[in-house]
Parts: sequence; C-alpha cells; structure tokens
Amino acid sequence: MIDRQSSPSETILASLPRRRRAEARFRIYGIAAIGIALAFLILLISAIGTQGIGAISQTEIALDVTLDESVLGLSDARDRETLSKANYRAVIRAALGDVFPEAVSARRDRRALMKLVSVGAGFELRNLVLEDPGLVGGTMRVWVPADDEVDMLMKGATARDSGRFSDKQLGWLDQLEEEGRIRSAFNWRFFTSGDSREPELAGILGAIAGSFFALITCLVLSFPLGVMTAIYLEEFAPRNRWTDLIEININNLAAVPSIVFGLLGLAIFLGFMGLTRSAPLVGGMVLALMTLPTVIIATRASLRAVPPSIREAAIGLGASRMQAMLHHTLPLAMPGIMTGTIIGMAQALGESAPLIMIGMVAFIVDMPQGLLDPASALPVQIYIWADSPERAFAEKTAAAIIVLLAFLIIMNLTAVILRRRFERRW
Amino acid sequence: MTKLTARNVNVFYGDAHALKQVNLDIRQNEVTALIGPSGCGKSTFLRCLNRMNDLIEACRVEGNICLDGEDIYDPAVDLVYLRARIGMVFQKPNPFPKSVYDNVAYGPKIHGLASSRAEMDDIVTSSLERAGLFEEVKDRLGAPATGLSGGQQQRLCIARAIAVCPEIILMDEPCSALDPIATARIEALIDELKQNFTIVIVTHSMQQAARVSQRTAFFHLGDLVEVGDTDTVFTKPVDPRTESYISGHIG
Amino acid sequence: MAQTAMAARDEARPSLLAVAKGRRARQILGERVLLGFLLASSLVAILTTIGIVFSLLFETIRFLDAVPLLDFLFGLNWSPQIAIREDQVGSSGAFGVVPLLVGTGLIAAVAMTVAGPLGLLSAIYLAEYASPRARGFAKPILEILAGIPTVVYGFFAVLVVAPFLRDSSESIGFEVSSESALAAGVVMGVMIVPIVSSLADDVIAAVPQSLREGAYGLGATKSETVRDIVLPAALPGIGGALLLGVSRAIGETMIVVMAAGLSANLTVNPLQAVTTITVQMVALLTGDQEFDSPKTLAAFALGLLLFIATLILNLIALMLVRRYQERYD
Repeated sequence: MIDRQSSPSETILASLPRRRRAEARFRIYGIAAIGIALAFLILLISAIGTQGIGAISQTEIALDVTLDESVLGLSDARDRETLSKANYRAVIRAALGDVFPEAVSARRDRRALMKLVSVGAGFELRNLVLEDPGLVGGTMRVWVPADDEVDMLMKGATARDSGRFSDKQLGWLDQLEEEGRIRSAFNWRFFTSGDSREPELAGILGAIAGSFFALITCLVLSFPLGVMTAIYLEEFAPRNRWTDLIEININNLAAVPSIVFGLLGLAIFLGFMGLTRSAPLVGGMVLALMTLPTVIIATRASLRAVPPSIREAAIGLGASRMQAMLHHTLPLAMPGIMTGTIIGMAQALGESAPLIMIGMVAFIVDMPQGLLDPASALPVQIYIWADSPERAFAEKTAAAIIVLLAFLIIMNLTAVILRRRFERRW
Repeated sequence: MTKLTARNVNVFYGDAHALKQVNLDIRQNEVTALIGPSGCGKSTFLRCLNRMNDLIEACRVEGNICLDGEDIYDPAVDLVYLRARIGMVFQKPNPFPKSVYDNVAYGPKIHGLASSRAEMDDIVTSSLERAGLFEEVKDRLGAPATGLSGGQQQRLCIARAIAVCPEIILMDEPCSALDPIATARIEALIDELKQNFTIVIVTHSMQQAARVSQRTAFFHLGDLVEVGDTDTVFTKPVDPRTESYISGHIG
Repeated sequence: MAQTAMAARDEARPSLLAVAKGRRARQILGERVLLGFLLASSLVAILTTIGIVFSLLFETIRFLDAVPLLDFLFGLNWSPQIAIREDQVGSSGAFGVVPLLVGTGLIAAVAMTVAGPLGLLSAIYLAEYASPRARGFAKPILEILAGIPTVVYGFFAVLVVAPFLRDSSESIGFEVSSESALAAGVVMGVMIVPIVSSLADDVIAAVPQSLREGAYGLGATKSETVRDIVLPAALPGIGGALLLGVSRAIGETMIVVMAAGLSANLTVNPLQAVTTITVQMVALLTGDQEFDSPKTLAAFALGLLLFIATLILNLIALMLVRRYQERYD
C-alpha cells in the first residue's frame, strides 16, 4: 500500500462536512439564479400591471349641453360638412359656464375651467351630432372625458397639492363631484381610437391595425419562402460548400441585430425601390426577412423529425422524391412548421427597432385602412408613449404593454397546444 | 471473509422488474465475475453496489446491500464516502479531458489525500505503476489523456480508481472495447490487483471469467441463477440454464 | 378471373425506357420547375445578407466622402447635431465614434456581468440539479423572459430600475445619472439570461454521461463533478453561448434607446449616462431630414460597424459550438 500518515478513509471522512457544505452552497447558487430571474419577472409583471390597470377607467364629466345654433355657429344648412365644422367647443364652454356662473367673467378663469375637460370633448359631441343631426337645438346631458391631469388627480396619481391645479380648479372639481357630475367609466376610447397627443383620447386600435397589416405581410412572405428554403436544404440540396454557405448564412442572419434589418429596409425598400415610408407593407417585408431564419430552422427540424422510413416507403412504391416529400413528409411535418411559424410571428409582433428605422414611428392619428397607409405598430406605439412627457401616458404605455403581452401569450399558447396536440413519438 | 452482502435485492426501471430477489456474497481479495446474456441484469447489479443507479431517475432499488455489515442504502450513508471506498471502472474508457497526470490526481485531490505536491506525485506514480501504465506514459504525464490508445485509457481509468485507495473495485465489462492484446494486459492486471482489492467484474466473455475470477455468479433474465467457485460453475453447473449458457446455447 | 386481369396488366407494361414520355414526362418537368422555385427561395437568405452588406457599404462610402475614415474611427467627439449646418459638414471631431464604442462596450459589459453568472448558474442548475418537476417550473420562467419584447424591458428600466438605482445610491451618497449605463445594462442583462442559459444548457447536456459517471465513481460530489469535469469539457460551447450573448447586447436597441441617454460621454463609469451605437442610429434616423444628409449616412456607417462586430462574434460563436458538438457526436 501507499505510505500515508493517516488512513485514506479518515482523511475522506474528515473532508466530508466541508464538501457537503460546498455542495449545498453550489446548489443554492443555482436556485438563487433561477430565483432572481423569477423575482425580476414578478417585479416586471406587477409593476406593469399596477401601472397599467389605471388605464382601464377614464374620468368623465357630465355636462348639460345646449346645442344652440348660434353658439354652434350654424346657419340653416344641416349637411355633414357644415355640421362637422361647427363650433362644439363653444357649446362645451357654455355648458361649463352654466355649472360655474361665477367663473365666466374672467378670461383666466374661463380658460382654467376649460382645462378641466379634454380637448376631445368637442369632437365627441360632434360625432354625436353627426350621427343624429336632430339633436341640434336641444339640450342633453353628455359625459365627456376629463383632461388627463384631472384623470390623474381623480385616480390618486397626482396629489392635490402638487401645484398642477389652482385652488379654484380644485374647488370646481369638488363641486362637480358633489353634484355627481364626475364618474369613472370604462375607457373604451383606449381600445377604439388611434394615437392622440392627449392621453385621455389616445388609443391602441390604430397601432393594432398597423401591427396586423405588417404581420399579415410578414406571414405571407416568410412562411412560403421559409418552408420552401427548408425543403430545398433538407431534402434536395447536395451537401457541398455552397449549401454550407447558405446554412452558415441563415444561422448568422438569425443573430444579426434587428436594427440592421431596419437599415436594409430603409436603403432597399424605401430608398431603392421607392416604397411608401411608414407603410405596414414595408414593415412586414422587413419583419419577414427577420423571421425567415426562424421559420427555416423550425421547418428543417420538423422535416428531420419525420422518420426516413416513411419517405423510403413512398419511394419504394414508385413515388418520386418530390412526391414523397409533398404527399408524406411535408404533411407530417406541418404541425411542427406551424408551431415554429407562430413563434416566429410572435417574435415579429414584439419587434420595434426595425420598424422605427422605416418610419413607422410617426405620429399617426388615422386608422390605417390598408398595407400602404402610414401606420405605427403596437410595440412602437409603446415606445412613443413611453417617451411622452405627460404622466398620464405612463399608464397608457403599461396598458398597451399588457395588450401586447396578451397577444403574445395567446400566440405562444396556440403554439404550445399545437405542439402538444400533434406531438408524435416515432 | 465476506466484504459485501446482497440480500433480496430487487431493481425496477419504471415498471420493468430488472433484478429479482438477488442474494450474493462478495468475498474479500477475490475476483467475483458476473456473467450472463445481455440484458440479464448483471450490470444493473454491479451499479447497485456503489449506488450508481441513483443517477437514473426511474430506477428503484429494494433489499439490502451491506459493506462490512453496514447498509449502503441507509439514508445516512454519504455517497461520496461510499464511492471512495467502492471504486468503478466502466465499459468504455472514460478518461477526463485532462492530462494523464490530472486524471489520476483528480480523486486524491478532491478527497484531500495528498498534502503536498510531492505526495501527489507519489500517489500518481505508484497508481500508474500498479496499473502497469507508468513505463508507457512517464514521458507524457502532461499530455491529454484522450490521446492514449484504448487499452492505455482503460488502464489509466484503473489507475485513476486505485489512486483513491478503494477497498472494492467494480469493473463493468472493462475489456469489451479493447483488442485482445490490451485485454490480456488488463486481465493480468486484475489478477495482481486482487492482492490489495476486492474486485467485482461484469463480463460477457466466459473465457475471461474463467481466467480471472475465483467465484462466478450467473445471471439470467433478472435472476441470479447460480453462484459458486469459478471452477465448479464452469465444470459442474447445477442449474440447466447455466449449463446451456456455458455450452453456448443461450446468449 | 383475377389472375387473367393481372396477366393482362403485366402484358400491357411498356419498357423501362419508354416511361420518360407522356404523363411522366410532364410530371418530371413540373418537378423541375418546383425544384427551381425551392432553390430560388433558398437564395433569398443569401440575397438578404448581400442586400445588408451592399446597402450598408454603399451609404458608408458616401458618408466617408464627407467625413474622413480616421476621424470617424478614432475621433473622440460625437456630436452629429453640429453637422446639420451646411458649412460644418464633417467639421472636426463631430463624427468620432469612440465614445459610442466605449458606451456600447460599457453597457454590454454590465449586461454580461449580470447575464453571464445568472445564465450559466441557471443552466447548470437546470441541466444537473433540477428534478423534472423543478425543471418544469424553472424553464418556463426563462422562456417567458425570452419572449418579452425588448420595448417592454426598456419601459421597465425607465419605470422601475433607473429610479430605484438612483434613489438607493443617493441614499448611500452616490450620484447616479437617471439614464445611467447601469440601469440599461442590468435590464439588458436579464433579457440576455435566457439566451445564455438555453445555449449553455444544451451544451452542458451534450457532455457525455460517461464523464460524469467517471467522476461520481471516484466519489466526487455533484458540484465537484460539474466544476472540474463538466464545465471544462463544455468550455468551448459555453464560450460560444457567452459570445452570442455579447452579440445580442451590442445589437440591442430598444432598451438602450429608452433607458440610456443620448449624451456621448467618454467614460467607463457605469453610474454615468453613456450612449451606444444603436441609440445614435435611432436618433440619427428619426426626425425629419433628407436621405442624403451626413447624419443619415452616419447611421449606415454605424450600422456597418455594428454588423461587422456582430458578424465576427456570431461566426466565432457558431464555430465554437459546432466544433464542440462534433467533438462529442
């Protein structure tokens, strides 16, 4: 035996407590790493949740408006054109004046009073009248959105003594509240309107439409291209330097920063091809190029997962390689391809940098109606709002994030269900 | 003297009953060979002896296995200490992707068996010598172990195991990946090692069992069919299944 | 009856060579065309790369007409605003990229300080320690983190992390800019954790089980096995995972656009505001300017730098991972 001072057994036994502690420590490091990730995730979701929950409701003020023809500046004509150009703001001002007669005398007071109501109040009144021109001349109670600062105050996000409101304004608001003229209503405007400079009027529908058009373009381009590329590489391509290059190229494309794709779109699609700036079509084209590697990689993996025996059986019956692939391999691989494509679409939906590069970051109020209308996209809208100084936009930003995450969850769940449902063990 | 005793050992892989009611004594300073057709449970039994099966999720072991009278499946048993006392050599040589020296030194290093560099050099040298490898590698102790030939790698793994000074060495078909010459060297080595160690070897080669072992246990379909002195088992088997295996009818 | 039918079919068979006519010939032609389509679509990926390289190169060359290459690469001053005025185009030092490189590097370093340890430790935990149940719980956490859009991370950095860092360091007497490299870097680090951990997880899982068994057989503990055997064996692959993480960090846009500033400070102090290549690209291209101004062209030059840097990192990483996989296949 080897000469040693103490027997090996004793040495090992003596080392055990220390090593057990080291073992426990190491395990704890691993759990801690996961724990930190989890804590971050919880913090992120709860911070955005608490911030965004406020956007569900919107403070509204009840006004008894008299649609007086002279105040509206209407002559006899009642056509749409005239009606839409009428002075509804004056009607609002008058209605406010009815509630606070004491505030009408001084110009400064009148302005401070008007500040409590959203500048969008007039537009909403106009839309009511355009729907039913018979309202002109009558009196009715309407709930109009309050200004975003008032909204913040009512939601407790702004303190009364923050200096954003004069004592007079605070008094008016108290009086409105006492008279039951203030309520917190479901913020349908957030889901039905486009962007606005006024937080209380801003909505995400325009951005969602933009994202929708861009994603459709992305899908229509990247799905067939990606699947065809994958089929070629997996089933038909000879193994040589050339296909090796294509492979490396695809793997590398998957890791090229997204903003670089934006530059490509800017230089080629906008600069060289002269397509419209800010159009979802261009956005979708750029996203398609980015999604292509994801679709290709997923498709190849699914094709590879189909056992060669099936292909061989088909070829053994006299089918050509193309027939074997089209009739047997491809249908069997389809669930996997769809899963990969949905995940690729989800990535594309969350992408903003390349869209900013091609001008989808512009301030766009109108709803895009097609692929060539200027539009924004949901994540870009989030970026725009996050960048806005008005504090009320913070909760709109968070709410838009919640909507975005909801879309992503739905897409990813669909992918998971698809995978579970059609998962096959060969 | 009995070193290891297995009593009523049952092993399950999920629902599959891989070993059934195995009772076996392993005697000190002897070579015990476990033989039988593939899938008979001999390797499974070997891996129960140093609780290597713990690494497999679905594997469940029942019954008693005692080392010097202590139950090795007792929850209080420290696996580190157990495996330091019961070393193992695997079917395929699995040197670490390190130098020859570091491979042998690894066990002593983690167990703190050497208090100085010189002592470690001693352990490494003597382990390599006893594994019959020192002369071949003394000039390239710093070279990567993966550069050695298959037979050398397996002897390195044996040196690595004995550097920890175990009492028992388990060998799981140690020669199955080697050519006949390398196999002969390992067999000679096993014969030498039994002076200091108790050895349990799984082999699919009956000739090898006959050459190196003193006792032989024959496994078939999860049952321990027969155990006895190697000579007896090979010349006068009791069980007809043993006889037909030895005469080449099964496996 | 049946037999005669079979016999009839047999007799009707034309010779092997005669088949390549008629219906079969049309089919072959159709398949050729289809194959052509498949080949053509696989070229789109190549064309994309070529398109990227050419558009970046072309605009960069035009940019370098206005700003000398050396001033661009080694200039210590970045203030593109000056160059709006015609007479100052290319005025000295306005387009020096060094502060951007330093800022990008600084934020990437902070990010990898977070993502490296967290990603590797969680990968080790998932691959070596976690029970199937724990894995089923921990893996989705990382997958969700990976699926969150970067604009959300950016908002979170501005909303929570930056104010928290500012307040907590003020309370211990540090001055932290509200757009510090630290806030952007930390959040970016968390974003990169899933990338590092999923790649490292794959790499660790690919280390042959026989090596682990060898170590366990000697009486090594799990942590000793991981530290001394598994990690060294997986080292090239882990290096690849980390490099891909770095590549993501320097190419990441939204987090830095929202949480890091526009001020091109030349500093390595993570408590100060720095700017990055991607932030400046966005700043240069948003807002109204004609396509040919040096400001716009500068964005392409920055894009080229970014593309080259990430390309090199990606290729090295892919090569490391590939070579590693081959070793154990």
